[in-house]
Amino acid sequence: MISLAYRDVSNSFGRYLLTGIGLGLLIGVTLTMAGVFRGMVDDGKALLRSAGADIWVVQQNTLGPFAEPSSLPDDIYRGILALEGVSQATNVAYLTLEVSHGSRSVRVMLEGIDADSNRLPLTAGRPVSRSHYELVADERSGFRVGDRIPIHRHEYEVVGLTRGMRSPSGDPMLFLPLKDAQEIQFLKDNDALFRDRRQLQENPRLNPPGNPALLDAVEESLFSNHRVNAVLVQLLPGTNPWQVADEIEKWLRLTAYPRDEMEEILIGQLIAMASKQIGMFLVILTIVSAAIVALTIYSMTQTKLKEIAVLKLIGTRNALISRMILLEAIGLGMIGFLTGKLAVTYWAPLFPKHVVLLPEDTFRALLITLVICVLASIAGIRAALRVPPGSAIGG
Amino acid sequence: MAVTKTAPVENNDTQPAILVENLSKTYGSGSSAVHALKDASMQVLPGEVVGLLGPSGSGKTTLLQCLGAIIDPSGGRITLGGDLLFENGWQYSDRRTLRRDRIGFIFQRPYLIPFMDATENIAFLPMLQGKSNKQAYARAAELLEMLDITERGGARIEQLSGGEQQRVAIARALANRPPIVLADEPTAPLDSHRAMSVMKLLHKMAAKSGTAIIVVTHDENIIPVFKRLYRLRDGVLHEEEGEGRPFDYLNDEQ
Ligand SMILES: Nc1ncnc2c1ncn2[C@@H]1O[C@H](COP(=O)(O)OP(=O)(O)OP(=O)(O)O)[C@@H](O)[C@H]1O
Ligand SMILES: [Mg+2]
Repeated sequence: MISLAYRDVSNSFGRYLLTGIGLGLLIGVTLTMAGVFRGMVDDGKALLRSAGADIWVVQQNTLGPFAEPSSLPDDIYRGILALEGVSQATNVAYLTLEVSHGSRSVRVMLEGIDADSNRLPLTAGRPVSRSHYELVADERSGFRVGDRIPIHRHEYEVVGLTRGMRSPSGDPMLFLPLKDAQEIQFLKDNDALFRDRRQLQENPRLNPPGNPALLDAVEESLFSNHRVNAVLVQLLPGTNPWQVADEIEKWLRLTAYPRDEMEEILIGQLIAMASKQIGMFLVILTIVSAAIVALTIYSMTQTKLKEIAVLKLIGTRNALISRMILLEAIGLGMIGFLTGKLAVTYWAPLFPKHVVLLPEDTFRALLITLVICVLASIAGIRAALRVPPGSAIGG
Repeated sequence: MAVTKTAPVENNDTQPAILVENLSKTYGSGSSAVHALKDASMQVLPGEVVGLLGPSGSGKTTLLQCLGAIIDPSGGRITLGGDLLFENGWQYSDRRTLRRDRIGFIFQRPYLIPFMDATENIAFLPMLQGKSNKQAYARAAELLEMLDITERGGARIEQLSGGEQQRVAIARALANRPPIVLADEPTAPLDSHRAMSVMKLLHKMAAKSGTAIIVVTHDENIIPVFKRLYRLRDGVLHEEEGEGRPFDYLNDEQ
């Protein structure tokens, strides 16, 4: 038997292929949108993964440290350590800022954490070992081991690299000793320091003649910082995090979020708006793509109605005609899907945002494409079966 | 009026292959209605080749399309090979299979399938009947040979001349060896030599396989070959005696 679909397609293969590629680019855009959406959620979770905490302790009644500012004294971790079931409590400080290296400047998120508790998986270099002026950077920052990055008053040496460590808004992370982060967060640059110091010196009440120790004490308390943004708590195996969180809230007058709740805050609150926006785009794009795929397949049948009438005239059964339309539609869908998948694979790394291509999204796209093709070909088949054979020889 | 009223015949041999009784066809309705056929009756016996004449617009194509179950008659009766096909509506629900197996239709224009080559256009018909590819292509090759277009078998339809397309269309109509062939000006796009060889082929089929054939024509060269003719005038068929010239004589004349 002669395959009608194959003959028809190979007769105008160029046009068929171009149509399929056109559809493919549309499918590619839709897949990218899905990837951006996944990327946002993934970014939110990446930070939680890297922190590895069972409980996040933050300032009382805040959603900190990412969704709301949170500030805690840096000695409160001792109280947490004393609670039953707690194996480790670590101070952390977070801040987002723009750092420059050479001619480039990158927005990054700094995480200040006690050096000895730094257990990041590195792709190059070594962990931070000195207590000052070293940092581990995420690859996406573009920094390399050995680079020297000026931040405020000091230069920091990049000693190691990580992969996939991003802030909830997608910025690459830099990890450095807590003390450095505290200093960067709360202290000023040289000029500001100079001005403040002069002001202190000129104030006779703080700098009384004959008592230089007083000025030193004032400077010490003013120019140093003993606050952090959160305390990361790790529990002994088998401990119920909700119970410990309750204890912390009750006794230390702080707010404590078990990891699941923190994840909810990050995904639900922080990126909710952005992801809803992307989600809306995704829905609209899917509908538009579906409509275009359907219309293309339908009109492909419409242009063939005359040949279909002739086929009926010479006695071709409906099943054969339907098969031709269905196969051509599915073929078009497959070309479109493959083009889309290929396109998104090539252009995803060019996006500034993190684009995550999940196999299940790809599979879903394939399924949706096939369903649309089948539905569209049903519309085409209906039109084809309605056409009277006599219409081929009108006039 | 030369309307032939035929009584039902028991014997299969003399039963008409095509029997048309008081057929009418009206296009449209009201003031714009066209009465293409009013009261047309005819019969064609197996093995007979009958000419159908009439001025342009007289309803020749309309009559063939009714017989070929392509358009719906408005009234009357059609019987093909003893089977009642039309009377107060179609008596066959599966007219597509009827067209495939029992009627070879040569349309006024070729109407070939553009995405198949010449051979495939022909071989497709036996395949529709469930014949093997081998059988179907063998039949196509045989017909291409008979119609003298073997070397154009692999050509795309748009690359064929009008006459070549018409010959492929004729081959397609004959591919399933139908007992009835309805030919609507089959020789119009052909030169007189080819036209005559097509007529010869049709006569040979009629004589050999008992095919009943109606040929619509305007061609003065061809009219003399028919033994019997019908002329369509004002929606009514009139039977006429033909010359029935033998082919050898005609061939010699060229
Ligand atoms: N689909 C149609 N709708 C309306 N009128 C039609 C239709 N087909 C044919 N007619 C009319 O019916 C009449 C008979 O047409 P038909 O095509 O049968 O003539 P014909 O004898 O085959 O002519 P020709 O020799 O030019 O092919 C004409 O008046 C034509 O205009
Ligand atoms: Mg006509």
